[in-house]
Amino acid sequence: MSGSKEIVGKIKSVQNTRKVTRALEMVSASKIRKAQDMMLASRPYARMMRQVIGHLAHANLENPHPFTVDRDEVKRVGYIVIATDRGLCGGLNNNMFRQLLGEFRAWQEQGVEVTTVIIGRKAAQFFRRLKVNISATTQDLGERPRLEDLIGVIKVVLDDFREERLDRLHLCYNRFINTMSQKVTVEQLLPLPPSEDEGLKQYWDYLYEPAAEELLDDFLTRYIESVVYQATLENLASEHAARMVAMKSASDNASNLIDDLRLVYNKARQAAITQEISEIVGGAAAVS
Amino acid sequence: MASTIHCDIVSAEAEIFSGSAAMVVVPGEEGDLGIAPRHAPLLTRLRPGQVRVLLPEGGEEFYFISGGLLEIQPHVVTVLSDTAQRAGDLDEAAALKAKEEAEKAIADRSAGMEVAQAQAQLAQAMAQLAALERFRKQLKR
Repeated sequence: MSGSKEIVGKIKSVQNTRKVTRALEMVSASKIRKAQDMMLASRPYARMMRQVIGHLAHANLENPHPFTVDRDEVKRVGYIVIATDRGLCGGLNNNMFRQLLGEFRAWQEQGVEVTTVIIGRKAAQFFRRLKVNISATTQDLGERPRLEDLIGVIKVVLDDFREERLDRLHLCYNRFINTMSQKVTVEQLLPLPPSEDEGLKQYWDYLYEPAAEELLDDFLTRYIESVVYQATLENLASEHAARMVAMKSASDNASNLIDDLRLVYNKARQAAITQEISEIVGGAAAVS
Repeated sequence: MASTIHCDIVSAEAEIFSGSAAMVVVPGEEGDLGIAPRHAPLLTRLRPGQVRVLLPEGGEEFYFISGGLLEIQPHVVTVLSDTAQRAGDLDEAAALKAKEEAEKAIADRSAGMEVAQAQAQLAQAMAQLAALERFRKQLKR
């Protein structure tokens, strides 16, 4: 009988684990919606920004903004890495880090220095152990990331780029495709890839208040911020989706384990009862 | 068509207003602007303040924005509102904080952590105080 008691204890513990994973799964399922809504809500801004910048680029400025000019020589590249703050989300972060490490190595073999800017605690923990420069980080963005939380890190990289401490800037995050799939995405952020905006054939120029250069700088900064913000939201939605799937499979595994344990338990119980009966019968036979 | 102008007010975090208007009044950096339909194309920065949208069927709506950018085309006004209060040194404080956090992350997570965090918070609080003071001075004027 001692065996069966142990099994009961084990079943209890697995049941408790399953309770936790179930709860996490359901919490994530509801948070995906919210994250998706935020993604949608922030889209108009990015779209409008892109339009205006498209117009500005077409308005033929005499000296193009440094953000739009390709540098001949790339000696230092920057990466903005967006990862999650919390774990338990399957291979989401690890897939991204693996891909990044490959890219970093490729750059380093060419003699290019790599600097990272990190959003999210998991990435900070990971890159701290590596020989990679980290110029700025921000963590604990929570369920509702605010643009405010990102302004600092973005300013750091943009200043680096302006002052030519960086020649190129990439953005890395998990793109949310649907609940079942998220894709590691690395995009070039700066210099801005030329936009192929159509429907801008007619040329007009704006009145600028103040000068065009100053305004363009403001627009580009805001634009980069909105792109990074959007990526953060995508990553958040991906995080919840990945966690939901991971937790669902964990719950399923727990259920299987419980079934198996229960089978073992029943067998042990049955064996004990059978033994008891045969002992009684044996005893009765001996008495009579 | 001629008597209305399409107005979009968006921020990075949400779409605030979208619809047609008879006129839009915004706090431009170099003075308030009243934008009627067929305004000349214009780009400018906005001060923190109120955006007033006069609806074509009468009535008006107010929105507070904490600065931003404005684009005008003959039939479309786009207000790209900032979500946070932006000022040179506030941004600077945020940048410093981010850098500090990076150093902290590299160094170690033990001992110095609380101190650094407290310092960062202090820096932030001080920056905000400075901004507040400036704001008050502006009000007095």
